[in-house]
Amino acid sequence: MAVTTAGGESAPKVALLNDPKTRAWIFQILLLIVLVWLTWVGIQNMFDNLRAANIASGFGFLSRNAGFAISQSLLEYDQATSTFGRVFVVGLINTLLISIVGIVIATVLGFVVGIARLSQNWVVSKLATVYIEVLRNIPLLLQIFVWYFAVLRLLPGRRDSLDMGFLGQLNISGWYAPKPVYGEGINLVLGAFLIAVVGAFIVARWSRKRQEATGERFPVFWTSVGLIVGLPLIAYFIAGMPLSFEYPEQGNFGPRGGARVYPEFIGLLLALSFYTGAFIAEIVRAGILGVNKGQTEASHALGLRNGPTLRLVVVPQALRIIIPPLTSQYLNLTKNSSLAVAIAYPDLVSVFAGTALNQTGQAVEILMMTMLTYLALSLLISAFMNWYNAKMALVER
Amino acid sequence: MAKEPKNPKSVPGVKGKAADVAAPEGTPVAYPHTADALAPVPHGGNFAYVRTEMASSEPAPANASGPLAWVRENLFSSIPNTLLTLFAIYLIYVIVPPLVQFAFVEAVWTGSDRSVCATEQQGGIQPNGWFGACWAYVGAYGEQFIYGRYPDEELWRVNVVGVLFFGSLIPLLIPSAPFKRENIIFISIVFPVAALVLLTGGNFELNGFLPTGFILDPGTVKFWVDYIILSAIIAGIAYAIARASDKDPMPGIRSVGFVMAGIAVIMLILATNFGLETVPTDRWGGLLVTMVIAVTGIAVSLPIGIVLALGRRSHMPIVRFFSVVFIEFWRGVPLITVLFMSSVMLPLFLPEGVTFDKLLRALVGVAMFASAYMAEVVRGGLQAIPKGQFEGAMALGLNYNQMMRMIIMPQALKLVIPGIVNTFIGLFKDTTLVLIIGLFDFLGQIQSSFTDPTWATPVQALSAYLFAAFIYFVFCFGMSRYSIFMERRLDTGHR
Repeated sequence: MAVTTAGGESAPKVALLNDPKTRAWIFQILLLIVLVWLTWVGIQNMFDNLRAANIASGFGFLSRNAGFAISQSLLEYDQATSTFGRVFVVGLINTLLISIVGIVIATVLGFVVGIARLSQNWVVSKLATVYIEVLRNIPLLLQIFVWYFAVLRLLPGRRDSLDMGFLGQLNISGWYAPKPVYGEGINLVLGAFLIAVVGAFIVARWSRKRQEATGERFPVFWTSVGLIVGLPLIAYFIAGMPLSFEYPEQGNFGPRGGARVYPEFIGLLLALSFYTGAFIAEIVRAGILGVNKGQTEASHALGLRNGPTLRLVVVPQALRIIIPPLTSQYLNLTKNSSLAVAIAYPDLVSVFAGTALNQTGQAVEILMMTMLTYLALSLLISAFMNWYNAKMALVER
Repeated sequence: MAKEPKNPKSVPGVKGKAADVAAPEGTPVAYPHTADALAPVPHGGNFAYVRTEMASSEPAPANASGPLAWVRENLFSSIPNTLLTLFAIYLIYVIVPPLVQFAFVEAVWTGSDRSVCATEQQGGIQPNGWFGACWAYVGAYGEQFIYGRYPDEELWRVNVVGVLFFGSLIPLLIPSAPFKRENIIFISIVFPVAALVLLTGGNFELNGFLPTGFILDPGTVKFWVDYIILSAIIAGIAYAIARASDKDPMPGIRSVGFVMAGIAVIMLILATNFGLETVPTDRWGGLLVTMVIAVTGIAVSLPIGIVLALGRRSHMPIVRFFSVVFIEFWRGVPLITVLFMSSVMLPLFLPEGVTFDKLLRALVGVAMFASAYMAEVVRGGLQAIPKGQFEGAMALGLNYNQMMRMIIMPQALKLVIPGIVNTFIGLFKDTTLVLIIGLFDFLGQIQSSFTDPTWATPVQALSAYLFAAFIYFVFCFGMSRYSIFMERRLDTGHR
């Protein structure tokens, strides 16, 4: 063909519209025209509507004074002086806080329940199955309501709060945790801790090299524990015990002092972790079942006992199966934390896309900022997990 | 075992004697050097100590069979296992008896107001310390939980829609039920029109949509004139395309005619006054709204999702780019922001004077969101189809549409049925989010019933949530079981 078409004579004569390439381009250009036209009309309408409703546009509102209170804030936030930009940051940090804590708890819970479901123990595995099936099939929002409006409301009132000893006090208005008070010399303890972590890392590397070279093993785990616990402890006593805890005290109208953890946070955290934990459990189970039984048998044949078999053979291979779906669960948890708006936990959606939007009316800017923030968070988490996945991936010849 | 006594003690007095026994002619002799070990005697040996028949099998020892042995082996095989079992039993003990106590033993089933569900301290008739579910309240509110504030005398319409829906869906889900094709046509064309007319009351106003306003006044007549003009334009385009690609223009024009006539019939039905009272969507609520959102969401998202999945795997760069951006955007943001967007931002993009129903706005948001997820599910199925299937289809001379419709999609969709059902379960659970933008779905209706002082008691929320959890669980669990059943049934591949 190529030879004969060089002259251009024997090329089959096709109507222009029957040429797939032409068709593709015509189709794409039409699509583009329609999209551009729709966008153009939409934006035009938007400006008309905004003008008619007398709503300002642009991002000037971010430096304006917000003037409403936010219950929980890790940053300095003052109702009288803080701006809408500050509101955005405070909301974002609250979202990140609940996501990170939720991810940690959900992961631990998910791994425990997932392994429990595979247990030989009939009661344990059935219990895990029931947990997974029930929690997965009930909407998250309902679970949040159950925790917040029903379960946490059963706690005692402010005046007779539940005393949990060294854990502080618990009542209907939240958990009053002991608050750490840092004295002078705390930096010494922190420094010792950092040195211990670096030291443990170095010891681990050295021992691995030595084992590869000579075959001799070194008790890395216990050395690391000793370093990480011991060194800061020594520094703590040398510096004259600079860390103490301020315990909440029962006053006439409720506990005073301590660090207050709001019931909104607790309710949302419990619901998110239990819900996502059920999904993670299924992923973990599928991952462990996905490792060929021959791997376990071969490992036993090599003389490894149950513990090392699990640690060195099964888990590394299971992780490869587990990580990609685990990533999407982490993403789901982060996105689901936006349900906070239903119980007024001050996360990004609640304070920024909720209160701030109602006050300014600048729906387009605020919603775009919120959505792009979540999009960026999603991309960040998936980028990190992809990197981790690549690190764990099977290196083949 | 009995044939090979390994333990010499089991045949006392034999040791050393074997060689002395005068063996009859023709019978094998136990050789002296093996006598000590009492090696198996070759067949035919009729020594007194050798068994001639099989010992009958004995039942397993009592401690190795039966429920007790099972319990010992499965639950108490080692100390850690025992601890685990005890812990699990403790957990069950902590959760189950109080739940049964709350939901059944102490529950109140009948009553007319809060006093039956409140303790004496709280102004009721129950003894202090009583803590049980208030099913009387759930019963009193049952109708609202299902229909919302739909007018009482019009409830039969919702019931008819429900019967039509489940009546056509269930035979569709049972593989052996007949009339699948008729059923599909019914549920995908007849049912939506019937449901729309019945639920809203029909009698829609038709308005012209083409710029012919200089001749005609807006109204029904203008709509039909515009509609005929539009049909003519589309038929003209079909004719032009067919001519430009050297084809017979008649089939194209005929199918355009059929489609436009079909749409015209639907429009006619929607515009007809059946004498039904109009029920605005803000009076809809409860399970009705949940079902409307979930069913519409899935029905809209499946075709859009298929198109997007094909677009993402297309060779056309602009189409692919658009599909990727669309899918990744909706998948990257939480549904609640999507709902905020569709309820707050969508009206801004429409021309002045055009208003959108609140429910419809939520539906748009849910449909966009679900389409993106559906697209990824379908793409998974498309990727699993071997390249040979595409090549085979092309070698048969099928064009793109035929290839997709007849070869690829049936296989790909079959593969992803579990994924589609999972998306649907997720969508069903996510419908609860619409209560945040002020619609009263099932959960929203429950939540709003808490404001009624007639039933306000401390157990009200817990009772209602338990009921809601049960209903959602039944729906979602049922769907997931059905998906597992379908997966097994459709697993005809030879892997």
